[in-house]
Amino acid sequence: MARTDPRKDVVIVGLGWTGSIMGMELCEEGLEVLALERGPDRDTVPDFQYPQVADELRYGIRFEFMQRPRNTTLTVRHTTDDVALPFRRWGSFLPGDGVGGAGIHWNGVHWRPLVEELRLRSYVEETFGADIIPEDMQLQDWGVTYEEMEPYFERFEQVAGISGQAGNLNGEIQEGGNPFEGPRANPFPLPPLPTTLSNEMFADAARSMGYHPFVRAGGNASKAYTNPYGMQLGPCNFCGFCERYGCLNYSKSSPQTCVLDALKRRPNFQYRTNAEVMRVELAEDGQTATGVTWFDEEAQEEVFQPADIVILAAYQLHNVHLMLLSGIGQPYDPATGEGVTGRNYSYQMMGGTSMHFEDINFNPFVGAGANGVAIDDFAISQIDFAAEGFIGGSYIGNGQTNGQPIRSMSLPSGSASWGAEWKRDIARWYGHSMGVSSHGSNMSYRDTYLDLDPTYTDRHGRPLLRMTFDWKPNEIAMTQFMRRQIEPIVEAMNPTHWSSAYKEEGARYDTTSYQTTHNVGGAVMGNDPATSAVNRYLQSWDVHNVFVMGAGAFPQNLQYNPTGMVGGLTYWSAEAIRRDYLQNPGPLV
Amino acid sequence: MTRDLSSTRRGFLQSGAAGVALASMPAPSWAQTELPPLEEYSPEFLSAAEWAFVLAATARLIPSDGEGPGAIEARVPVFIDRQLAGEYGQAVDWYMEGPHYPAAGGDFGYQTPLTPAEIYRDAIARFDDWCVETEGASFVDLAPDRQDAALEALEAEATRRGEGTAAAGVSGTGEGGGEGGGEGEAAGGGGAQTEATGPSRPRFLPDESCEFFIHLLQNTKEGYFADPRYGGNHGMAAWVYIGFPGARANFLEWVEQDNVPYPLGPVSIAGERA
Ligand SMILES: Cc1cc2nc3c(=O)[nH]c(=O)nc-3n(C[C@H](O)[C@H](O)[C@H](O)COP(=O)(O)OP(=O)(O)OC[C@H]3O[C@@H](n4cnc5c(N)ncnc54)[C@H](O)[C@@H]3O)c2cc1C
Ligand code: SF4
Repeated sequence: MARTDPRKDVVIVGLGWTGSIMGMELCEEGLEVLALERGPDRDTVPDFQYPQVADELRYGIRFEFMQRPRNTTLTVRHTTDDVALPFRRWGSFLPGDGVGGAGIHWNGVHWRPLVEELRLRSYVEETFGADIIPEDMQLQDWGVTYEEMEPYFERFEQVAGISGQAGNLNGEIQEGGNPFEGPRANPFPLPPLPTTLSNEMFADAARSMGYHPFVRAGGNASKAYTNPYGMQLGPCNFCGFCERYGCLNYSKSSPQTCVLDALKRRPNFQYRTNAEVMRVELAEDGQTATGVTWFDEEAQEEVFQPADIVILAAYQLHNVHLMLLSGIGQPYDPATGEGVTGRNYSYQMMGGTSMHFEDINFNPFVGAGANGVAIDDFAISQIDFAAEGFIGGSYIGNGQTNGQPIRSMSLPSGSASWGAEWKRDIARWYGHSMGVSSHGSNMSYRDTYLDLDPTYTDRHGRPLLRMTFDWKPNEIAMTQFMRRQIEPIVEAMNPTHWSSAYKEEGARYDTTSYQTTHNVGGAVMGNDPATSAVNRYLQSWDVHNVFVMGAGAFPQNLQYNPTGMVGGLTYWSAEAIRRDYLQNPGPLV
Repeated sequence: MTRDLSSTRRGFLQSGAAGVALASMPAPSWAQTELPPLEEYSPEFLSAAEWAFVLAATARLIPSDGEGPGAIEARVPVFIDRQLAGEYGQAVDWYMEGPHYPAAGGDFGYQTPLTPAEIYRDAIARFDDWCVETEGASFVDLAPDRQDAALEALEAEATRRGEGTAAAGVSGTGEGGGEGGGEGEAAGGGGAQTEATGPSRPRFLPDESCEFFIHLLQNTKEGYFADPRYGGNHGMAAWVYIGFPGARANFLEWVEQDNVPYPLGPVSIAGERA
C-alpha cells in the first residue's frame, strides 16, 4: 500500500443521492467528512449546459453520464445452473457515475411506498394466510413502518422539491391526489406539473371506467422553489431531454440542484473524484471497519483512508459488491439459504400497451421526466391475492417524457423496420403515439441473488459482481392481470392501432432492453440478522460502523420507483447516527 | 391539481376545434455550411470497398425515393465512418475481456470479442463473398430488389443467436416497446422489432459478427436522426421530415396545447436552423 491519508470521522463511498444527503446531515454534527467518488466531477455548468446537453446520441444512446463497463461491470445469468456473462455494454439498467450519480440522469418520478408494502409479509399472512406465499418466495417485512418513516419521506420531498398533489392528508382523502397512498402530515412542497393531451386522454378514459386518476408526483419543479438547504430550483420547461441527461434548467431534483453547492460550502466537507473505493478494511476482530482503500487515478496508487464511520452510498449494486469484496456479512448461499450479503436481489416488473392515433399529434418532444397521470386502483393494497393467484401490484399510467427520434420512434406493431415502408411510416406515425404502462412490484426468491463471479474480473483484478435473476410465475401472473386491466382502458380511447407488450409465461429476463434502473436487495434491512444484512437503521449487523444506503435495503421490490423510499431511508439512518450512534458507537439494535 | 382532469380538452379535440393555421412561417433558412459531395468524402475508417458497400446498403435501408431524405441525402455513411473511427467503433467504453461466448442467447447482448469496427470489417467482406456466390455479383452491383433480398438474408443471420435455447425471442419488448422509451414512459418506443424470419437460414457469418445487420441498421438510424455535428442528418432534413424540433428543448407553454402542430422547425446544437 503506497499511501495512508489523514484520518477522517466519516468516509462516504459515492457521491450520488444518498452520499450527498448523508454528507450534509453528518456535516451538521461538525464531523470531518470525506466523500470518495469514482467518477468525474459534474455540475450543471458546464456539464448539463444548453445546448450541448440536448444531444441524443451522446447521452441517450452512448450513455456519456453512465458507468463505463470498461472500468467495472457485472455478470448476469438466469439460473444457478448457467454460466454468467458480463454486461459488456449497458442495456436493461444504467448505473450512474461521477458526482451526482444516477441522481443527475433519473426522471424524478416520485412515490412513497404503501403502508402495506413495508410490512408485506405480515400483511399477506394476516389478510390471506401464509399458505398463499409460494415456497421459494422470501417475502419479508422491512423492520420499519410507514408511520415511523413519514417524517423522513417528507424531509426528502422537501429537499428534492417534489411537485405533486397529496391524496391523503392525515387520513383525509384529497381531491385530485392518490386516494390509496399512505397518510401524509403535509402537502407536497410544490403543486403538480401541468398535463399533456396524452395524460388527459388517459385520465378521461380511466375516470370513465370508475378509476381514480391523479397527476403523478415528481422531482421536476413546477414552480420556483428554495429548499431547506437554501438551494434554488426553477420551473421545469418540459425540455424533453430528462432521463439520461442532466437538467439544463436547474429544475430536476438532483444532488447538484438540491444538495451539493450547500454541502461544498461546509468547511468540514471534502470530496475527491476519480477515487474508486476498492474495499472496506476491517479491524482484526472483524467487528469494525478501520477505513477504506481507494485507487487514486491521478497518482495511480492505492490509498488507505482511515475513518471512524464508513457510509456505503455507491448505489445498490456497488454497495453489495463492496460488502462481498470486504467480507461484510456472510455471503448468501442459495443452496442452503444461509448467509445474508447478496440475498434477495430483485427488480421491477414492467408492461405496457402502445397506441397510435391517426388524427392526433401529441408533440412528443414536449416532455418531462416525471410528467404523467397514474391510477393506483391496482395497488398491492387493492388486490385480493388469494383470488387472483399472485402477490403484488402495479401503478398504471401515461407519461410523456421525450420524443427523441432514435430511441422513441414508435410504429404500429408489424411495421417494417427498414426500407421504403419504414421511411413512409416514420413520418406518418412520429408524434401520433402514446402509451399506457404498468410499473409493478417484484418479489424476491431463494435463487435470485448477488455474489462474486468466479471468472471475470475488473481492471483492478477484483472479481465482478454476479447477478442471478429471472422472472417468476408470480410476477408473470401479476403483469398479465395488469394487461387485463389496461387493455379495456386503451380500447375506450379508440386508437387507430394498439399493441401490448407484457411478459408471458416462459419469458426470460432480457438484459439488453432498457427496463428500469431499479435494482434492489442484496443488502436487505430487517429485524432478523439471519435474513437481513443490515438492521432497521441500515447499520451492518456484523460491522457496526458501516452503514449501507440505497435500494439494497429493500427485501423485495416496491411497486413504485425506489428513490422516495431510498431518500427517506437515508434521512432515517442519518438521524439514528446523529441521535444515537455518535453518542454511543456500537450496534444500534 | 392545476386543472380538472375531467376537463374539456378531449371534448375540444373531438369537436374539431383544434389545429390553428400555422402556415405562414418563414421559409427555412440554411445556415449550414455546404459540404463536399459524398463521392469526395475520404473515409477515416472504411476502405474504398467498405465505403462503397455502406453507401449502397444504407441507400436500401433508407431509400431516397418518396418523401423525405434518404440515408444518402442525410449523409448517413459519413456518420457511420466517423463512428467506426471513434470511440464507439473501438468499443472504448465497453468491457471486452474474455472469455467470450458470442453464440450465447440474444438476451445477453453484446458477447463477441470483436469491436463494432471489426464486425463491419469482417462481415462486409464475408457478406460480399456470399453475394458473389449466390447472386453472381458484389452487393453494390446488384439490382435494388436483389440488394433487398440479400439484406433480408443478412438480417436473418442476426437473429440466430441462442437458437435452440429458451432465451431466443421470448421477450418481444425491445427498447421501449410498449414499455415506453424509459421509466417515465414515453409515448411508446421502437414498435417494430426485428423478428426471426423464415425457417431455413443461410450461414455466412461466424457467431462473432453475425449481428452485423443489427449494428448497421441501428447506426443508420442514428446517423439519420442524430445531431448534424456527427456528420449525418444533413441539413436536419430527417428532423424536418418527421417534425422533431431538434435541440430546442424549451416547451413549457406547449404542454397544454392539444393537437396543435408545433410551428417551429428544428435547431441544431451548433445553432443552425432548418
Ligand atoms: C435512467 C434512470 C432513470 C431513473 N428514474 C428514476 C425515477 O424516475 N424515479 C426513481 O425513483 N428513481 C429513478 N432512478 C433511480 C435513481 O436514480 C436511484 O434510485 C438513485 O440515484 C440512487 O441513489 P444512490 O445514492 O443509491 O446511487 P447513485 O445516485 O447512483 O450514486 C452512487 C454513486 O456512487 C459512485 N460509486 C459507485 N461505486 C463506487 C466506488 N467503488 N467508489 C467510489 N464511488 C463509487 C457512483 O459513481 C455514483 O456516483 C433512475 C435511474 C436511472 C439510471
Ligand atoms: S424535463 Fe424539466 S426537469 Fe427534466 S431536464 Fe428538462 S427542464 Fe429539467
